[in-house]
Amino acid sequence: MAVLDERRPRPDRAPFAGGAGQAAPPERRRRLSLTRSTGLGYVFLAPALVAFGVFSWFPIGRGIVLSFQSVNFATESVWVGVENYAALLRDSLFLVAWRNTAVFTALSLVVGFVVPLILAGVINEVRRGGHVFRAIAYLPVVLPPVVSLLLWKWFFDPDVGLANTILRAFGGEGLRWIYDPATAIPSLVLVDTWASFGSAMLIYCAALRGIAPGLYEAAELDGAGFVRKIVHITLPQMRYILLVTLLLHLIGNMQVFTEPYVLTGGGPNGATTTIALQIYDYAFRYNDYGAAAAASVVLGLVLAVATGLYLWATRRWSGNDN
Amino acid sequence: MTTDQIRPRRPQSPRRPRPLERGIVSPLAYRRPRGRLGGALVWLGLAAVLGLIAIGPIYWMLTSSFKDTQELLQTPPTWLPAVWHLDNYVTAWTVLELPRYILNTLVIAGGTVLTELVVASTAAYSLSVLRPRGGGVVFGAIIATLFIPATIIFVPLFVTIRDLGLINNPLAIWLPAAASAFNVFLLKRFFDQIPRELLDASRIDGATRMQTLRLIVLPMSKPILSVVGILALMASWKSFLWPMLVLPDPRLQPVSVMLARIGEDVELKFLLAALVMSSIPVVVLFLIFQRRIIDGLGYIQR
Repeated sequence: MAVLDERRPRPDRAPFAGGAGQAAPPERRRRLSLTRSTGLGYVFLAPALVAFGVFSWFPIGRGIVLSFQSVNFATESVWVGVENYAALLRDSLFLVAWRNTAVFTALSLVVGFVVPLILAGVINEVRRGGHVFRAIAYLPVVLPPVVSLLLWKWFFDPDVGLANTILRAFGGEGLRWIYDPATAIPSLVLVDTWASFGSAMLIYCAALRGIAPGLYEAAELDGAGFVRKIVHITLPQMRYILLVTLLLHLIGNMQVFTEPYVLTGGGPNGATTTIALQIYDYAFRYNDYGAAAAASVVLGLVLAVATGLYLWATRRWSGNDN
Repeated sequence: MTTDQIRPRRPQSPRRPRPLERGIVSPLAYRRPRGRLGGALVWLGLAAVLGLIAIGPIYWMLTSSFKDTQELLQTPPTWLPAVWHLDNYVTAWTVLELPRYILNTLVIAGGTVLTELVVASTAAYSLSVLRPRGGGVVFGAIIATLFIPATIIFVPLFVTIRDLGLINNPLAIWLPAAASAFNVFLLKRFFDQIPRELLDASRIDGATRMQTLRLIVLPMSKPILSVVGILALMASWKSFLWPMLVLPDPRLQPVSVMLARIGEDVELKFLLAALVMSSIPVVVLFLIFQRRIIDGLGYIQR
């Protein structure tokens, strides 16, 4: 698998690192190229231009326009100004959905960030079978989310579910898990972490293996112990990956949809209605595409601001020298 | 491994010497008796933890799917079924019409892989090799879509699909999937590393630009193409929200959408058997290609 070796010098960083300009590899400087061709170039670009044009660039603009319209497909679309946004603010469930999304994201960041990091660290120490361990940890990620969720829904059954069977076996009280507003979101976090920790762990494993052995050797010569090697070498060397995965985690978890949709349907009593579920409900339950588009725009703005703040807050750290 | 044979900008040795690997603890420490004992304990602990949290639920799903209803509900539960009820599988297969839904999923996934590979490789070839005027702007506009979260776009995208009359048409899944900026980015980055001398030489030898793509660039890119293809297939198998929206006709839906729709209304033992059967194709695919997938993910996700 040499071609995919993560040690290969990378001409550029992840696409998430910055603007479009940064992601592009440096232009080759040469006068003569036998392969350049503008005309044919656009012939080959045509499929991508159509795909991105119709199914990416156009819908983005369309979404912004929609958010200022009243649309229901039965009658003509009507321009309503900011009425959709005003309606969102009047909808108490919209605000609840934001709170739920924030709680879910915060919890899953803490759990979903620490668990894979520790596991990756341990797997990296193991001399034998590291590859098997990584494959096993990735197995839950491979399962279709609907399968995992229906499985866990059964585990969470208060009467016959595995979760309560285990609790009772250790003498505990059975919980009502996804059926109790107090434990519903933590239960979703539990499932989500189970279904996704393998993916973050793989990234950390790759980053850990990318650390030059010489750094550890130098630290050992200087008398550094286990903890000091982690604090002064491992974590600083991984800081770029850690910051990027934290950000991706944040963006991904704020869009959580399938977990509440399949497990709880947003209940009990709105306790797990997330913002993505709310957008879905506006559009496909209440047929109010204007409100759904407005909520999408608000979510987009919040994510953009969060990303901007995050990058600003970590700019001193995110030096690109892993 | 046949696809390993050509590595752009690499020494042509058939087997690269393995780079030195070590973790935080020095390799020397593992040679001492205490280190050896510690290493073995850590290994056992890791195996136990991973076995419990990663395999545990899957094991429970697998064994429970062979139990009858009474055994499923009894406390304490049994580790293995008293009688292995294969008939759960037979019933689930026929009553839930699983063949139809698995076929639907295969059609959706196959078309997705095809459109993603065609669009991404032609675009990357153009941007990396043909480099038309204004290509940089196009590449920037493509990369910019990486920053558009899926949740923000699915409502206007659905409206667009509806206007195009593509509801209940698999094209509604294949075409939007083709607009994957990540694939274009990955393939362009890979194509950029193919030595230009090779491409120039093919032109001097009289190859058309199409032949250069077909005979030089694509064969050299087999490893990355296969990773992109496998990941697209797995992602498509896992997708749920979008197929549910654009395929309201139950007869066209993939297996994930069908399972979520009927989840509550089916007897548990049949549901579990159906869950297992609908996971088997993607799990088998993963187990076959796991080394490539895991190494590939480690490489591309940074």
